[in-house]
Amino acid sequence: MEQKISMLHGSGGRSTGELIDNIFAKEFDNDTLNEMEDSAVVPGSGKIAVTTDSFVVTPLEFRGGNLGRLAVCGTVNDLLMRGAVPKYLTCGWILEEGAEVDVLKRLVHSMAETAREAGIKIVCGDTKVIEGHGGIYVNTAGVGFVPDGVDISAKNAKAGDVIIASGNMGDHHSTILSDRLSIVTDIASDNAPLTDMVFKLIGSDVEVHTLRDVTRGGLATVLKELAESSENCFSVDEDKIPISDKVRDFAALLGLDPMYMGNEGKMVCIVPKKDAEKALSIIRGSKYGEDASIIGKVENSGTTGNLFMNTSIGGKRNLTVLEGEGLPRIC
Amino acid sequence: MASDELKKIIEFLKKYDGPAMTIMEVCGSHTGAISKSGIPDMLSDKIRLLSGPGCPVCVTPTSYIDKAIELSLVPGNTVCTFGDMIRVPGSKETLGEAKGRGASVEMLYSPFDIIKEADQNPDRNYIFAAVGFETTAPVYALLIDRIVKEKIKNIRLLTAIKTMPEVIDGLMEQGASVDGFLAPGHVSVITGSKMYEPLAEKYSIPFGVAGFRPEEILTAIYGIVKSYKKGRVMNFYPSVVSADGNVKAKNLMSQIFEKGDAHWRGLENIPNSGLYIKEEYASLDAGSHGLDEDNARNKACRCSEVLMGKIMPTQCPLYGKVCNPTNPAGACMVSEEGSCRAWYSGGRQR
Repeated sequence: MEQKISMLHGSGGRSTGELIDNIFAKEFDNDTLNEMEDSAVVPGSGKIAVTTDSFVVTPLEFRGGNLGRLAVCGTVNDLLMRGAVPKYLTCGWILEEGAEVDVLKRLVHSMAETAREAGIKIVCGDTKVIEGHGGIYVNTAGVGFVPDGVDISAKNAKAGDVIIASGNMGDHHSTILSDRLSIVTDIASDNAPLTDMVFKLIGSDVEVHTLRDVTRGGLATVLKELAESSENCFSVDEDKIPISDKVRDFAALLGLDPMYMGNEGKMVCIVPKKDAEKALSIIRGSKYGEDASIIGKVENSGTTGNLFMNTSIGGKRNLTVLEGEGLPRIC
Repeated sequence: MASDELKKIIEFLKKYDGPAMTIMEVCGSHTGAISKSGIPDMLSDKIRLLSGPGCPVCVTPTSYIDKAIELSLVPGNTVCTFGDMIRVPGSKETLGEAKGRGASVEMLYSPFDIIKEADQNPDRNYIFAAVGFETTAPVYALLIDRIVKEKIKNIRLLTAIKTMPEVIDGLMEQGASVDGFLAPGHVSVITGSKMYEPLAEKYSIPFGVAGFRPEEILTAIYGIVKSYKKGRVMNFYPSVVSADGNVKAKNLMSQIFEKGDAHWRGLENIPNSGLYIKEEYASLDAGSHGLDEDNARNKACRCSEVLMGKIMPTQCPLYGKVCNPTNPAGACMVSEEGSCRAWYSGGRQR
């Protein structure tokens, strides 16, 4: 096979077939996909969760992960946040002319590997080739089954509840930004499927009110949105927010605030106070949850939709959603 | 956790009932740190913190942005700059908007990245839009030094470099009612703390050079409050700031740059408050002189009064309504270090 993708690979003819056979079918190998029908026919469930996402990250490969792994994690975590068991994944790849075949192979390999880790089956896919400069993008859809009696939603957060963050903030954002700005660091992306963590929580007797993955916009944006949609006032303690020293230093260097930096394998979990310690210990005992921390609470009073931080020094700071793009500062 | 000494300082500042004091910070990093740590809520009503002209982006006049846009639209030219500059409103548009209609504009993290770009594309002309204070000026001086030594033909600079003591003097001359200055930590690393002594004496007000951690800022505020009406300079950041500053950097700056008048947004012309590329390196200057027009895109924008310390950001009619970080009407809302932006991000009301 050629080393670079060309318009021929999008012809729908022999070259397209080779691309699919040599790269995708080989890695995604399963009975449903192998049927190579126009659509996948799969068993269903009473209540299903459906989500879709597109992944357009540059660079395609970064410390700790790549586009393929990221696509599975992003989609699976969205399903998990509603308490759904991830079942089926689709992927539509958009390849620009000139894309490196070896890179594509690695991305697809990671996608297959991560799907196995997350317990989701890749049931169908598509590729298109467009003109361009070697970029690779992927769109996914995910389907999950929601077990009977599970009701996890932003609106369930109640006054008195406790807010838990599942791990360190800002790792993915720092990784991508350091690469884009050619700053040498060994911070690695946290992209990870949270299957183990969420299954253990739901399988326990902890009453999980809300789960939300903390992706673009960062912790502050996610909590502010949850405060608004649940019509509560949230508070967090600056001292308790888990941030690694490396990310803290990196953010300080660029004038960025880790509260607004993106992650790809972190969630916030809101539970009643009585279950807080138990939920924390379950999360800490799960894969990717070792740095979890109780970071704040849903206040009994205060302005609805507000999010504030008790700062380490003893002040109070109001937090809003991320504004703008989070660019490095100038001086 | 706060030490006993810090606890005493915090308690003193909360209960302070002496003469009302307005303390101005003239460093964007201080503005940001104050907002993010919630310090304003920890002070007595008798102590007011004001954000002065401490963000280089915020004080850049519109004619500078317009000039950068003009250069970026010339075929064969690429204008490179730091991220925030791309969103600063000129008289008609921002560099980012110009990029949307075909201008060649690139964001760089380090000015030195331009050397690699210029080397890879020898047929393009690169212009670095170089704004900043004494902190960044030595970096630009080093860049120019390299351009000269390596005989690089396709890089020039459009400068808007400004200096602190002159603008503080200018503010006080123009009647700003300030009882003390939180002196900028980064700038002072280069200039040294002695630089503020003539100003402290001239206006009989205290200067406290401060670091950026909340406890360092509180300690400096405490020192300033305790020195009401005393013309003294206190160094609360001795780990990195010396009395004389970084002599090597200062020498390099005076080799490359010379002083000249500069236009500050909202403060008009301030004599000798700018640094310009010296005559002998004039071929590296992309046209930095005489950029002294400043026409706000939105007539109601009150950035200038914010920078003068005359009003708080929340008193501007556009603040948070028409003007927000996503759609800044004025430059103070662009950078995380801008007065309005820092207030907005920190949800500050006072």
